[in-house]
Amino acid sequence: MRSRGSAAAPLLLYLPPGLIALAMLVPLGYLVLRTLEADPTHLAELILRGRSRVLLGNTLQLTGAVVAGTTAIALPLAWLVTRTDLPGTRMITTAAVLPLAVPGYVMAYALLGLGGQNGLAASLGVPLQRLSGLGGAAAALTLYAFPYTFLNLRSAFLSLDPGLEEAARSLGYSPWQVFLRVTLPLITPGLIAGALIVSIYTLGDFGAVALMRFEVFSFAIYTQYTSAFDRSYAAALALMLMALTALPLALEARVLKNSHLARVGSGVSRRPRQIPLGWKMPLALLFVAAVLVSSVGLPALILLHWMRLQPPWAELPRVAAAFGNSLSAAVPSALVAVAAALPLAYLRVRYPSRGSRAAERIAFTGYAVPPLALGLAMVFFSLRAVPALYQTRTLLILTYGLNFLALAMGPIRNSLMAAPRNLEEAARSLGRSRVAAFCLALFPLLRKGIFAALTLVFVMVMKELPLAVLLAPTGFTTLSTAVFSRTSEALLAEAAPYAAAIVLFSSLFVGLLVRSESPHNQEPSDASGKTTPREDLSRAPLSRKTLPGNPLQGGAP
Amino acid sequence: MNHRERPIHHLDIQGLTKRFDPSSPPAVQDVSFHLRTGEILGLLGPSGCGKTTTLRMIAGFTRPDGGEIFLEGTSVASLPPERRRIGFVFQDYALFPNRTVLDNLVFALHRKKRAIRKGKARDLLALVGLSREEGRFPHELSGGQQQRVALARTLAAEPELILLDEPFSNLDAALRESTRAEVRSLLKCAEMSAILVTHDQEEALSFCDTLGVMNAGTLEQRGTPEEVYLTPRTPFVAQFLGRANLLRGTARGTTARTDLGDIAIHPAAEGSVLLSLRPEHLTLQPLAAARSRNDSPRITSREFRGHDLTYRVAFMNQEFLVHTDYTCDLPPGSAVALVPRRPGVVLQEPGLCRRG
Repeated sequence: MRSRGSAAAPLLLYLPPGLIALAMLVPLGYLVLRTLEADPTHLAELILRGRSRVLLGNTLQLTGAVVAGTTAIALPLAWLVTRTDLPGTRMITTAAVLPLAVPGYVMAYALLGLGGQNGLAASLGVPLQRLSGLGGAAAALTLYAFPYTFLNLRSAFLSLDPGLEEAARSLGYSPWQVFLRVTLPLITPGLIAGALIVSIYTLGDFGAVALMRFEVFSFAIYTQYTSAFDRSYAAALALMLMALTALPLALEARVLKNSHLARVGSGVSRRPRQIPLGWKMPLALLFVAAVLVSSVGLPALILLHWMRLQPPWAELPRVAAAFGNSLSAAVPSALVAVAAALPLAYLRVRYPSRGSRAAERIAFTGYAVPPLALGLAMVFFSLRAVPALYQTRTLLILTYGLNFLALAMGPIRNSLMAAPRNLEEAARSLGRSRVAAFCLALFPLLRKGIFAALTLVFVMVMKELPLAVLLAPTGFTTLSTAVFSRTSEALLAEAAPYAAAIVLFSSLFVGLLVRSESPHNQEPSDASGKTTPREDLSRAPLSRKTLPGNPLQGGAP
Repeated sequence: MNHRERPIHHLDIQGLTKRFDPSSPPAVQDVSFHLRTGEILGLLGPSGCGKTTTLRMIAGFTRPDGGEIFLEGTSVASLPPERRRIGFVFQDYALFPNRTVLDNLVFALHRKKRAIRKGKARDLLALVGLSREEGRFPHELSGGQQQRVALARTLAAEPELILLDEPFSNLDAALRESTRAEVRSLLKCAEMSAILVTHDQEEALSFCDTLGVMNAGTLEQRGTPEEVYLTPRTPFVAQFLGRANLLRGTARGTTARTDLGDIAIHPAAEGSVLLSLRPEHLTLQPLAAARSRNDSPRITSREFRGHDLTYRVAFMNQEFLVHTDYTCDLPPGSAVALVPRRPGVVLQEPGLCRRG
């Protein structure tokens, strides 16, 4: 396979990835240019001054808190649903993924709507102060992002060979020792992958921190850009944030490179033993209930509470208009992302080489770059190079395409890998051209992957906030910008219908993901051969392979 | 307890029972047997017969619903696996993928003083001939090497007994035979008692000192490979271990009247019996044309297999399988006489008396 695969790709195939790379790198270059335009001594003073240090400290604190919080929720939850006799694990798993339908800024909205004078808590007779600052931002992001860690850990637990733990027991280790010395080291890649996704989300998040008024890099970039004349500092902050994001990426690559954690042996893996919880069962159920109530129940209740306080009927026409605007950005964005992903994925799967890997990496940078930095780069680029694009929907759509290209690659790449290579070879030996072979033999097999990619990008754009805030033309209000602007002016009741629309719509996204957990949609299974029905879940698109947010998706072969 | 009066068996299993699902029959039902020190027992049976469940109950990974497990006279049934001193070699070896070969062994030596662990681990690696691989990771080893590391790791913990769960099934055929011989000699060298679970009859016959054949959760027969092969007690054992021709007859003492005429049987019996005749315990004699009739046994197929010949012979609506040596060479279609060379073995039929 490898020897055949490394045949040189037709040069024409490198054209689309080349263009994408240009589109990705040139704007980022403008970010550097814009920074360097400032007077060097002034710039040095800007970067080194106390405010940058405060921002760095705050950003690190928030990231650390969110990683710790998500792990603290996800690790026990994943263990409970995979290894114990807890009832209803399927349902709990689905419910634990639902918070993904509540974007970080909506979660922040919900937490803001809980406290305060007219908050849900006050109406229930428990006056609560409005959350804000580090605690509020960390809570909102933790409740939003823990499913990513949960899913990674869950598939780590499921792919763990239970024989390893039994072997350690029979070698004389107690259950607790086995957990520390065998289980924990083996699920570390899952922990790291989860922490990586969560920290990239936290670093890139804008909505939750802005609503909670916690001064981190992304919030500072926004305020600097919108309220100050000195845009050089905004550009410098964006570069610093990018450097900060590169840190966890490099760290993960390093840790994973030196670990040997795949299963050894071609044996049939057994179903893991179900550990009876016994008297600890009520505690476990209480924990699960607390997690689900605060992450899923709370936002729903709070939205209902505010809509009851102020019925949304008058607002509905404007909600519909915002919905239409969101649609008009999301549909073309999904098409752009998929059109760009197709040649890239084809090149990567059919002609694996250093060149095609590099092309893929570049696609992933679009996803790893914090959205505010990407948006700012696009602003500078369009202002300087193509002024006609500035403040247009086209720029917004192209930026979304670049941003979510990596997301679209996942399902397309998976279905390409599942399509046997010799189908095209058969078509060509029957006298079809290369293009005809692709269209006739391969394309029909990719339809499912393409559809999944379209849906994924579409829904992500529907709820996207930071790029919309920076790049949407004046007067172009989307659902997400509507929630943001109203909530930041403390108009919680007015924001409620928009937020509800996003949550309802995003639930569709989660529903699609959960539905694709059915065994029919499995990707080609890994080397461990036979799978039990339980294990099927672990290879479904919910695992780290296709999850939005894993820029390393196409990493090491 | 006085050893002279009543010998304490190394391992003593009494009435072991496990039911996973109340609505289905038990996976293991009332299984009892014992093991002498240094004995290698093979638990043999088709998949789903309960052999692995039995093994996992002995190891402590599965909790039995009933029965007792004594190791050196002490009950271990209520002990967790880590306190039983019973080693387990897994079908997929269960080597820790994140530890080197040496560290896999060191992991098993945690009861020893820290200073001597590495030395001890190296001794064991030398024993299994893998000294040069100590720094490698399991995925860098061949299947046979992984297998030997798994065994060395199990030996490192100095167990009283080693359980092997289909340990050779992941090796390819060429490697399987040599690895089997190596593992057996290692176990014998260490004077280790062991139980091997397998569905491969050839493996069981060549690897084990004694066999236990399991079927549908029960232990049908226990004995040396020769005993079990030559005098199977039930139709299941006769057909699972090798091939067997089953034949009805009416017994009178040491002979029985059958379709093949009056033939010798073992043991003596009276009345209607079911007999087992191994294919190699039958031979063929050509019938002169004058003596052949339409209903004579007739060869339906002949298979030349190098060292021997396999015939299928149709007679009285039944097909007989016959292995003969090269001297008996007959074309298909010939009329023949079927002649037993050993007494037919009287089988106990299911539902009739079964004694342990």
